[in-house]
Amino acid sequence: MSDTLTGRRSVRGGVGTSVPRPDATPKVTGDFEFLGDMHADGMLWGATRRAWVPHARIVQVDADAALAMPGVHAVLTQDDVPGHRYQGQAVTDQPVLAEGEIRYWGEPVAIVAADDPETARLAADAIVVDLEELDPLTDLEAALERGEIFRHVPVRRGNPDLHGEVVVEGTYITSTEDPAPLGTEAGLAIPDGTGGVDLWGPTQWVHIDLKQLAACLALAPDQVRVQPCRLGGAFGSREDLSLQTHIGMLALRVDRPVKMVYDRTESFVGHVKRHGSLMHYRHEADRDGRLVRVDARILLDGGPYQLTSNAVIANSTYFAVGPYRCDNVTVDGYALRTNNPPSGAMRGFGSNQPCFAAESQMDRLADALGLDPVELRLRNALRPGDQLATTGQVIEEPLPTDEVIRSVASIPLPDDGSDDDPRHLPGGTGLTTPRDRVVRGVGFAVGIKNLEFSEGFDDNAEARVVLTGDGAVVHTAAIEVGQGLVTVLEQIARSTLGVSQVRVAFDHTGQIGSAGSTSASRQTQMAGNAVLEAATAVRELALARVGGDDLDDDGVWRGDTLVASLAELTAEGPIEQHVDYHHRPTDEPDEAGQGNLHVDFCVAAHRAVVDVDPDLGLVRVVEIAIGQDVGRAMNPQQLLGQIEGGIAQGLGHAVMEEVVLDRGVIRNASFTDYLLPTCLDAPHVEAILIEQPSSWGPFGAKGMAELPTMSATPAVVAAIRAATGRPLTRVPVRPEDIVAPDDTGGRAR
Amino acid sequence: MIVTLEVNGEPRSAEVAGWESLLWVLRERLGLLGAKDACLQGECGSCSVMLDGALVCACLVMAADVEGAQVSTVEGLASRAGLHPVQRSFVDEGAVQCGYCTPGLVVATAHLLDERPDASHDDIREALSGNLCRCTGYGALVRAVAAARDAAATAIDPAPADGDSEDRS
Amino acid sequence: MLIERPQDLPEALEGIGGSPHAVLLAGGTDLMVEVNLAHRRPEAVIALRRVDDLQTWEDGFIGAGVTYARMETGPLPALAELARTVGSPQIRAVGTIGGNLGTASPAGDTLPFLAAIDAEVVLGSRDGQRRLPWHEFLVGPKQTALTPGEVILGVQLPDHIPARQAFAKIGTRQAMVIATVNCCVLRDDDGTTRVAMGAVAPTVMRPREAERLASSEPRPSQAALDEFQRLVSAEVAPISDHRATEQYRRHAAGVLARRTLERCLTP
Ligand SMILES: Cc1cc2nc3c(=O)[nH]c(=O)nc-3n(C[C@H](O)[C@H](O)[C@H](O)COP(=O)(O)OP(=O)(O)OC[C@H]3O[C@@H](n4cnc5c(N)ncnc54)[C@H](O)[C@@H]3O)c2cc1C
Ligand code: FES
Ligand code: FES
Repeated sequence: MSDTLTGRRSVRGGVGTSVPRPDATPKVTGDFEFLGDMHADGMLWGATRRAWVPHARIVQVDADAALAMPGVHAVLTQDDVPGHRYQGQAVTDQPVLAEGEIRYWGEPVAIVAADDPETARLAADAIVVDLEELDPLTDLEAALERGEIFRHVPVRRGNPDLHGEVVVEGTYITSTEDPAPLGTEAGLAIPDGTGGVDLWGPTQWVHIDLKQLAACLALAPDQVRVQPCRLGGAFGSREDLSLQTHIGMLALRVDRPVKMVYDRTESFVGHVKRHGSLMHYRHEADRDGRLVRVDARILLDGGPYQLTSNAVIANSTYFAVGPYRCDNVTVDGYALRTNNPPSGAMRGFGSNQPCFAAESQMDRLADALGLDPVELRLRNALRPGDQLATTGQVIEEPLPTDEVIRSVASIPLPDDGSDDDPRHLPGGTGLTTPRDRVVRGVGFAVGIKNLEFSEGFDDNAEARVVLTGDGAVVHTAAIEVGQGLVTVLEQIARSTLGVSQVRVAFDHTGQIGSAGSTSASRQTQMAGNAVLEAATAVRELALARVGGDDLDDDGVWRGDTLVASLAELTAEGPIEQHVDYHHRPTDEPDEAGQGNLHVDFCVAAHRAVVDVDPDLGLVRVVEIAIGQDVGRAMNPQQLLGQIEGGIAQGLGHAVMEEVVLDRGVIRNASFTDYLLPTCLDAPHVEAILIEQPSSWGPFGAKGMAELPTMSATPAVVAAIRAATGRPLTRVPVRPEDIVAPDDTGGRAR
Repeated sequence: MIVTLEVNGEPRSAEVAGWESLLWVLRERLGLLGAKDACLQGECGSCSVMLDGALVCACLVMAADVEGAQVSTVEGLASRAGLHPVQRSFVDEGAVQCGYCTPGLVVATAHLLDERPDASHDDIREALSGNLCRCTGYGALVRAVAAARDAAATAIDPAPADGDSEDRS
Repeated sequence: MLIERPQDLPEALEGIGGSPHAVLLAGGTDLMVEVNLAHRRPEAVIALRRVDDLQTWEDGFIGAGVTYARMETGPLPALAELARTVGSPQIRAVGTIGGNLGTASPAGDTLPFLAAIDAEVVLGSRDGQRRLPWHEFLVGPKQTALTPGEVILGVQLPDHIPARQAFAKIGTRQAMVIATVNCCVLRDDDGTTRVAMGAVAPTVMRPREAERLASSEPRPSQAALDEFQRLVSAEVAPISDHRATEQYRRHAAGVLARRTLERCLTP
């Protein structure tokens, strides 16, 4: 552990060190209290009655039988919502409970509070929901035709009449993906006795929840305290409300604490998914491989309610070309309304879908030109001073596109693999595949994404740093989802103050203002900068209070003399500073999608090495190498954790993860059939971190945690293409996509 | 009905209903919230505990059938002397992110290293394939298990443990 | 809910006879999933894990209570291979061969072995025992010939056990996956070949034409293997579901059976 030197002696656990996360110990002992572990005296259990059809008219909901059951305290429907009856972050169009119509499979119709979970479940089952089934709208082209559009984002840049000599065209599909955090949704609402409520629920942004909850529960904002939560992962799935309004309603109605926990099947319908997409692309280049124009149409399946689709489609559109220069670009991005499951945020937030399509196109182009795919990418790589191909924004911050590509290509390839251990072969211990049937493939892909919120959103984060004799406490309402924000904020405070004894206190909405969302790779920079500024001010105040010139664990120094210990320094009261940090403003897009819409960008490049059994269509991902833009490696061990975890998710979407939809019905809403990569599926990872300090991130750091997922998917698919020669225009790649249809029943072995 | 069992060496009893699993009894009847409940289908391993010496998914054990059984859970691993070596290396190697998979993995790992103190990287991956982790991508986990293995080997026999680097083939 | 926890076989048979509709519980790895999903709420349960007689494994008799963990290290190569693919260590520690038969999933991993070897399923009740050939026991998807009051005691393997055995299983993940196709091939020194395929028909099945062809070839040529593969693909009767298409299963069944046979041919 190398320590940073700020004060007289080095601070322990500062920026740049791999200090372990403070909550690791309670997590390994089982003491860490997750949402689902919470308990309140006298609490009731909630359950949800759902409609298991994708589209229907509600004829009648009859709760009499349920209400008559002993132990049942309340059954509520949409008519019982005390306030505004709809929720949603940008547009409130999602009824708290189904209203008149069922618009997706598993939509909640009624909620129950009962003495115990079994009674609650039985009561929910006993609610009679009389439905008249309607035709579900599940096809994206049909939705577009019918004008079911949440948002259309157009990009028109350059000269529409300019064309390239070499043209490649393709249609690409990415299926719906589930964030599948390991902890299912759980929550607890406790009435405060004065008409208000304290509410713990799965969230990534307590203040956006507060806004919706106060409106729906008809309470003043200070009557609802949305509490920081302890989550079993998020990955975007907690950005929209799930059960919060429901437990709030129940708790207020029965005036007792109410707890609710979703099982895995409910979790599949209870949180948002990564949008499924249908994308058409046309790339045109000159003979040297320089992109001349890119035309794309991107359709995202939003499901029935808007949620964050308006922002997700913006990302899909603005990152449609990838990290490449191109002066003539037309993109039409549409987020569409359907009766498929509601979609919203998931790691990468709309940038992943076009990354798959555009990177597949780059490989096709390389093929058409007879160029090495790495070379083609380098020839077009977007560098500082260039304009983003879609919005025309000039890149002013460091953007090491070139470096991430070159670094990943420079990593030596793994050896060929000649051993017969089945765990190293496609099919694993299923013993499907002898070594001599294995074909190796290598594929590359590059991804780019914005950091923080864009398109003119006034993005802010508040933090307060308080110094006492026991060290410093950092207050924030930012949500720690497992990514390690808690560690990074401590590190920033330590290195800034010069004091090692730092603790993060996660506050509720009544204690501090918004830190913004734990999403968009934003908290290291946003909450981080708020902490940096607050800690800087606290240090200055501390020095000024006793006239010192340095601060460390011992206290304040003047020259070689210790002027005051921390206790003496703060004897007259703690030293504290509150900061509301805003990043520099961004533009709203003009009608051609042009402008400085983003505050910053991040890039990564992946190289995947796969072993494929082409006759059975089985794939083993051997290794994924990554070159990752990080600005500054704040905590190398945590960074590697984000990289490896992100890669596993990107791999999952490449070869196994798909919400299988059959006219709006999820056919695999369980971990038996929605397959997540296991320990044996996860590849060896080689990572190179590119440190080009951001001009504005704390200590030069950049947000980075979405990038490892994004281009992992197209890199794996490119590698499978290289091994098999199949077009593979859809993810996940299924065995039957690899085994050519003309082979079926034939002689392949 | 009432079942009587031994949990982490202590005799315990609980009133259980027919549909309840050992997991439910541990969490809701006995207040041992370490084992987690991510799927209730045996697919995730977050509920892993030891039952009469076998590593099991507590969600798949019918509570009514544990009469007289010996159960040990993550809560029984750390001692007054501090964390169990497996817990220590999970902390040190960064194997914990959200932590939801962690209690189950810690139990599974402790069992693995008891049974196979010389487990290779491939053995570790195979043995932990019933414990899903959505956050870490398993890299740090495998490093943590290997580190715990090596630490145990050095403690017994100060000769350096066999170099077992992650296979890149 | 009532539960009985018999300590030995007579007590178990008495209990089962006394409450013929009680649900039998072995490792619980199938049953408890149903209970947890609230698909089942048994009123009476008879727990079998304490019954020693069901743990017997000798002379070609494998007790119903034998777990995958034991099969993994047992003497039968194909059984060990298949056991290693079942679920995870947690599942293998308690999941039993009797439970796999009781569930009778078309994809059950012990079933291709039992079908290929022509095992008999031994059933017991307080009135006595009966033995059914595997195909009379497995009557349909998740349907067996077990009648109320009966318990599976185990499986009886024939005296002669082919030395060459191989099992293989396709799934779309490297571990913890339900078979989209599984397969067991047994071959005698005289060339007699037995093949069973799972997840490609309502129950595990034997592609008889393909077996005949393989059995008639002491040293199958590439052409014969091609034909064997074609016959397997032609004989299976798969469906499309969320795990795989019918077309893929048909194709993969042929490829898998051929490769599994090839493993039995290499010296
Ligand atoms: C995560 C997971 C992964 C799995 N993976 C696989 C896999 O890869 N391959 C596979 O084949 N299966 C798999 N299974 C299914 C299951 O583990 C097996 O079918 C196992 O063999 C069931 O055995 P058990 O002892 O747990 O049965 P139980 O759940 O106890 O019983 C299953 C059924 O059999 C009946 N039964 C049990 N014993 C007897 C008896 N002696 N007489 C009469 N009836 C009896 C029960 O009443 C019940 O209906 C998996 C299950 C899970 C949860
Ligand atoms: S909760 Fe038991 S295995 Fe997932
Ligand atoms: S650390 Fe989150 S699931 Fe493993």
